[in-house]
Parts: sequence; structure tokens; C-alpha cells
Amino acid sequence: FVFIMRCNFRIVLFLPPGLYKTPGRKMQIWLFYEELVIRPLHSGDIYASFQFRTVWETDFMRGNKVSHYRLFPKSLGQVISKFSVRELHISFTQGYWRTMQWGQPFQPSPPGAELWVWFQDSVTDVDGTWKELTNVLSGIFCASLNFIDSTNTVQPSASFKPLGIGNETDHRFLRYATLPREIVCTENLTPWKKLLPCGSKAGLAVLLKSEKLFHSSFHSQAVHIRPVCQDWQCKTTSWELRQTLNVVFDLHNSAQGKREWSLFKMFSRTLTEACPLASSSKIYIDITDNPQGEQFEVSPATPLLSQAVVLGDRRTFSVYDLTQQITFGTVRSLNLLIRWKSSEGDMLRPLLHAERYVAGYGLQTGEIHTLMYNNHPYRSFPVLLLDSVPWYLRLYIHTLTVTSKGKDNKPSYIHYQPSKDRLRPHLLEMLVQLPPNSVTEVTVQFERALLKWTEYTPDPNHGFYVGSSVISSLVPSIVAMDTNSTRERPLFSSFFPCKEESSYFVRVYTEPLLVNLPTPDFSMPYNVICLTCTVVAVGYGSLYNLLTRSFQIEEPSPGLAKRIANIIRKMRGVPPL
Amino acid sequence: VHLTISQSRAASSANHIQPLLVDNAGQFFSSGHTNNWAVLVCTSRFWFNYRHVANTLSVYRSVKRLGIPDSHIVLMLADDMACNHRNPKPATVFSHKNMELNVYGDDVEVDYRGYEVTVENFLRVLTGRLPPSTPRSKRLLSDDRSNILIYLTGHGGNGFLKFQDSEEISNVELADAFEQMWQKRRYNELLFIIDTCQGASMYERFYSPNLMALASSQVGEDSLSHQPDLAIGVHLMDRYTFYLLEFLEDIHPASKTNMNDLFKVCPKSQCVSTPGHRTDLFLRDPGSVLITDFFGSVRKVEITMETINLTDPIKQVEQRKYSYVDQLPVSEIIHQKPKQKDWHPPDGFILGLWTLILLVFFKLYGMKHLKHIF
Repeated sequence: FVFIMRCNFRIVLFLPPGLYKTPGRKMQIWLFYEELVIRPLHSGDIYASFQFRTVWETDFMRGNKVSHYRLFPKSLGQVISKFSVRELHISFTQGYWRTMQWGQPFQPSPPGAELWVWFQDSVTDVDGTWKELTNVLSGIFCASLNFIDSTNTVQPSASFKPLGIGNETDHRFLRYATLPREIVCTENLTPWKKLLPCGSKAGLAVLLKSEKLFHSSFHSQAVHIRPVCQDWQCKTTSWELRQTLNVVFDLHNSAQGKREWSLFKMFSRTLTEACPLASSSKIYIDITDNPQGEQFEVSPATPLLSQAVVLGDRRTFSVYDLTQQITFGTVRSLNLLIRWKSSEGDMLRPLLHAERYVAGYGLQTGEIHTLMYNNHPYRSFPVLLLDSVPWYLRLYIHTLTVTSKGKDNKPSYIHYQPSKDRLRPHLLEMLVQLPPNSVTEVTVQFERALLKWTEYTPDPNHGFYVGSSVISSLVPSIVAMDTNSTRERPLFSSFFPCKEESSYFVRVYTEPLLVNLPTPDFSMPYNVICLTCTVVAVGYGSLYNLLTRSFQIEEPSPGLAKRIANIIRKMRGVPPL
Repeated sequence: VHLTISQSRAASSANHIQPLLVDNAGQFFSSGHTNNWAVLVCTSRFWFNYRHVANTLSVYRSVKRLGIPDSHIVLMLADDMACNHRNPKPATVFSHKNMELNVYGDDVEVDYRGYEVTVENFLRVLTGRLPPSTPRSKRLLSDDRSNILIYLTGHGGNGFLKFQDSEEISNVELADAFEQMWQKRRYNELLFIIDTCQGASMYERFYSPNLMALASSQVGEDSLSHQPDLAIGVHLMDRYTFYLLEFLEDIHPASKTNMNDLFKVCPKSQCVSTPGHRTDLFLRDPGSVLITDFFGSVRKVEITMETINLTDPIKQVEQRKYSYVDQLPVSEIIHQKPKQKDWHPPDGFILGLWTLILLVFFKLYGMKHLKHIF
């Protein structure tokens, strides 16, 4: 008697995290790590970065059918196998990351939505698969990713190399698209939280409350899927799913101007336990600028300290291990408190940052200026600039100039793909060497196109967005980077793979641009119809009446007395009055 | 819902299991529908139309609370109010002033948002004519045993409803869409609620069977908004939906209130406009139709006696050595070979130019020089 209920129940198997054995097969390994990094910023704001990493030893490549999912979400696993995806990176961001005030983020992302995917080499129709993939992802993340089509997709030729393992880098299998207008709200956070093994019920994910997360200066959530090395020998691959959430809380909005932060103030929740399915669940607080505790004070105190090299700098962290019961103390809940004592000290200036703006006036022409700053005192380094401009801004590439310190700076590699109206956008990629301690300015002039009246959005006077430029660079690092990728490291330092010790890879996004296109007056057809109908009615109507009206003389009708008299006279047979 | 009640009663009195179960099971299947769907649409854009989004979200909240899961709700919001930069409390949409009730909540899934809410997409969702790559959450996968609730709100007029300030849907189009749904057997019974100015004009043209319609105002009347909140700065809800929400807050999944109570929601004294309804196309008597038939959810349960075989385990793969890729290989990028350009035959202009030059040359110097050159 088998009773099958087709309801929305989820049966949670309670197995120890880590290993799971199916009869007749070798051990399958699932691992789940979660961490939270809190970095107090010099302006009094605070930066919190969540990372959830699920590693699964399986093989999605070459059409292998996978049927048993445990910690890895089934919706994403099915997407990977159906569309032969090798790597998938999708991010949703609200706000713009201010590099000069906040430093470099652990995972950079541009405002709006960004999606870039490497397909496996078994895919024959990459564009068709890309279109289907964006539709499926729009259903999974409740976002309008179905607006990604050929008019905003580009195929970069040198940027966005795969972040996972792989030997082939044929850029025919790469697609990149951004939607700068995309809004991030609770409806995107809800399905994101549902992908986690513990959901938002246990572990660090209980802190993710939308009312606090979206009341911030910057909020970014991302999903990264890629194949990684299982161990140092790198003979087997595992699939890694990283879900990252970066948020910067503003001093005045969230802390009411007092330089005192706590988990409860930031997230309106405290922690009570780690996720039972996690192998490691840690909180790191960056205390590098506070070695003797003179700048701020962290409570409850912890004896655990850890050092990690991240973003070219050696940082020291206080570690709270949530898998140990002692972390929660006698009250069985952890509420970290960071209280600032003095507000001196300044931040290390970031070595690379960029700006972009539109110059010019009027609704016909304009100029895009991109500025890249190299703040290193004596080292120069190369940057790869990727610009994707929609077709309705017609770029004049003959006006492209790259100048550093007043002199012309010729890029060593330029790849330009011109746009086709309503088919594809402009793609400009340049490898520029930035001289030390300088500003490099890239300018290009453009002309605005006239759109057809059906192509305007319902609110065209808001303007049209141009996606952020992407600047990828190998920046020289102050300390030697760790090139051994499989050693146990905190998650935030193992995002970008590191090949050499003297430099680290960084990606910087500029602001998106908002340009006004010449917009017609949409009430014009209605006005024209009214005016024309009035003129026709008045003009033609009067003429018609004059030509066709005939006049007849008519006697006015007599009064009542006269009418009665006429009736009597008619009866008498006498002519009427 | 009825099944669970009968199960708990069955546990206490063993003798009365059989007839009670049969009786409740009979009641369970008497309404004729086995699943519930809801299509909730807000058609207005811009911050001052906050109340339309709040209307739709409050109906969404009630429908979810009474049991319809997110997979059976198609929610279309034409603009984002919760994370709008003008919202003083981000990620919230309030329906009562003084910020008492946050209808946006923490667990909301919006299927169509922003520019995707168009007349075309709405009609495609209703009739099921969507492109093949549309995900399941954006489809109305109803069958002939589904009860569907359709709720529309926005700005409207006599015979039309405005979508996003740029296009409109007429009552004739809507009636034809419902007829298509009937002919394709996409619904068992349909409840249509509309909260716009002159809303009754939208259901005037319906002609398909099993449709019941409610509107917030008659032709020639305006639907008015309820109350502004001074902190947010806009009106929070429309009157009809405000009183509808109050009415629905009293409904729980097992309540027996019927449609006649729904018709009495928001009389003229509270609403200022006269709500209307239309039941002539509906086959059952409205007094026997429960509110939960449309606003709640019925779970489909199938009892089977067969066993299912699980598939064979999957095969292993062979091992080879892997490595990570260089993120910025400068030398490789610089020496990347340029793509082979397709050879194009010379332009007509260039051909003509060369012909001209050759002709002039030979004219000038005579043809006898030809053999010296070639």
C-alpha cells in the first residue's frame, strides 16, 4: 500500500555532513562551508560579506546524467546538465561600490544584473542555448533576465577567462550580458536563500533579513558555479557552488550616526547555531587596523586569530567558530559588538580604481570618458578594458583617444566589434599599460540614434542605461600571494585563482551611464487627431452647409385663440383667418 | 483541508470512521475542482501608484495564507515600490497607515515585473500561448479542473484598463481571452475581481460559462483610494481592496463563508462607489460557492498501489590532470591572431578607377607600349 502525496513537502534526510555512500558505488562527497567576514570601514560604515560554498564531487560534463542531489540544489544542477554549462556567474546588485571610500570588495559586481557563462565545447548552437538559459534563470531568480537577447549580449575576446579549471579557452563559448536597469528586491533574495542547504532556518543565513539588507548603501548577491580541483593532485573535478552576498551598511541609515555596530543592529537577528550540514561555519572580523585595540573594540573577545593574504595584503582576523558550542556562551546566542573608540587613521589607497561619465550637451552627440587611476608609486601594470555600448549610441571609433599624463598611450591590443542596428551592441576591448601614479583617460564620441516609437519603454524620459565598463587587471601585490589553490583557506581569499606570487587579479566596474535619447511626444498623435477633426468639422461642415442648405419661407404658427377660431370657421365652411 | 479534519476525527472514534470519511470525501469532491490558481496583476507604474501594488500584494498575501502555493500564483507587478529609491522603508509595502501591516513580507516571488507586464504577456499567460523557453513559474498551467482567481487593479475607464501608462486592454479582448480559455478547457470556474475606476464595464462583455465577476465601481463612477500615509507620502490602498483585505483576514482555510458575503463587501457608505457583481454566467448558485473555492487551495491526492523501480546507478569517468586558467595572460592576448578576413572581390569603384587609369595611360602613350608592360 503505497500512499504518494503530490504535495509541496520536502523530506529532509538527516545524515552526517560530508560523506554519503550509495550501495555499489564509491563514496560521494558533499561539503558545505559558510562564512561571514565583517570589515569595519574608515568612514564608519561596515562591510559584511557572506559566502556559502557547496562542493560536490560529481561530473556534469559530457552529458552525464545525475539523479541524486543532496546539498547541491536540484534546480541549478538540472540547469547545468541541460544546457551544458561549464561555468555560470550571475550577480544582482543594488547600489554602486565606492572603491575610494571602501577599498576593494571580495567579489566585485556591477549595478543591476550581470550574467556570464562559459559553455562546454559540446554545445553546437551557443546563441540558442544562451537564450534558453536566460529564460530559465529568469524563472529561478524571479528577475527579468529574459530581456537579455542579442542586443545586449557580447562575446568578449580576452576578458572573463574561466575561473574554474579547464584547458580550453575558446571564446566562442563565452557569453556576457548586463542589465543595468534591473532592480534587486526581496523577490530575488527569496529564491537565492532557498538554494542554500539549510535555507534561512539555521546557520548564518538566518541573518539575511530583507528589511535590513535592502536599507543599505550597497547590496549584492551572486551565484557562482564552476568546476574546481578536488585535491592538490587535481586529477578529479568537483563542482563548486558559491553563493555570495555583500552588503555595506551606512552609518547614518542603520546605526543612527553612532559608531557602534552589532549583529543585531545590522541584521535585526543574532546567531544561535551553525547550519548542521556545514563542515565549517565561521565569522571573521578584520582587525588589521586595530592590532592593539586602539581603534575599535570587539566583544565578545575570542582567542582565535587567523591571518590571510587577500587582495594583495596580509590581513589579520578574529575568528568565531560557530561549530563550537563555547562561542555562543551561556546565553546561547552570539551578538558581536564592534565599538569605535577613535576615528583616526586612514585607509590604504586602492591601487586601481576607475570612473566613467558622459560629457557633451544636447540630444544629438556626446562623449564617453573613462578614467583609470593607477595609484602605485613606481609600478605600472596592464589593464584590460571591456566596453559594451548599446547600438543606439553610435560610437565614432576614429575619435577614440587613450591618454596618460597628457601623452598618447597606444594600447597593445584592441578588439572592436561594431554594432548592428537592433541586432548587437558595440564591443570594445583594449589592453592598456597604466604608467605608475597616473590617470589614463579613454574618450570616444558618439551620436544618439532615433528609435522607432514602439521601441521606447513606458517611461522613456527616465533615460536609457549603458552598462558598466569592466576593467580586469593584474595588480602588483604588497605581500606574496599563495599560489597553492587547494590548501585550506578562508573562502574570501580563494575566489580568484592565483598563478603568480607577485600580483593578484582584480576586476573593477565603473558606473553605468544614463543617457537621454531624443524622445518624441507620445501625446502627439492624440493631439493631431483632435485638431484635425475639429478643423474638418468646422471648415468642411460650414462649407457643406452653405452649399447644400436650401431656404424655405414658413408662416409662424398662429396663437391658441386664432386656432380655435379657424377650426370653427372650417366647420362653418368659411375661409380661415 | 476537509480530509485532514476527517482524519483527526477518525482517530478519536473508531466506529464512525467509514461513513464520516465517505461523507467528507464526498463533500471534498462536490465542488468539482481539484486545484487552484491565481493570476494577480498590477498594471500601474510610477511611485504615486503605490496603492495599486499594495492592492495586489494584499490579495497575494491572503491567497498564500489560505493555501495556494507560489508555484500556482502568477504575480505581475508593473513597477517596484518596495525597493524604489523613494521608499523611506525599503523592502516593505504597507497597506495600513502608521505602517501596521507589511504586505510585501519576507517570502515573495514576483513572476512578471517591470516592463514585462504588458497586455501581450497577460493575454499569453491566460491563453497559454507562451514561447517554449518560458519557465514554469511564469506559466498558468491550469487544466479543466482548476479554479482560477484573476485580480486586476490599476487605472481604467469605460471598457478599458490601462497598462503601464502606454497601452490598454479592452473588455472585448478580455472576454475573448476567457472564451479561448473555456474552449481550451483551461478552467473549471473563474472568479474575476477588478478594482479600477468604472470597473463594471470590464465584465460587461463576458460570454463564456462559469465566470463570476466582481468590480469595485459601476460605469460612470470612480474608485477612490483609502488613506494616505504622511511618512511615505502616497495613498496606501484603494477602498475596495482595503475592505476586501479586512474581509479576507477573517477567512481561514476551513471557513464556510460563501460568495454572497463577498458581494456585500464595501457597501456604498464605505466605498463611495457602488461595487457590482455578475453571476448570470455562473452555473452554481453563488450561495453554495465557498470563498476558499477560489482564494484557498485544494491539494491533489492520488492513491496508488503500484511499486516504482528506481533507475540503475550512473557510470564512472576516467581521470586526467586539470589546472586553473591564467586570468590575464598579457602575452597571449597581445599575440592573439587576428581573425582571417573573408576575401571580398574588389569594389566596383576600385575596379572602375583602375580601368580609367589604364585607359588614360594607354590613350596617352599609345597601345604599342602594351607589349613592354606585359
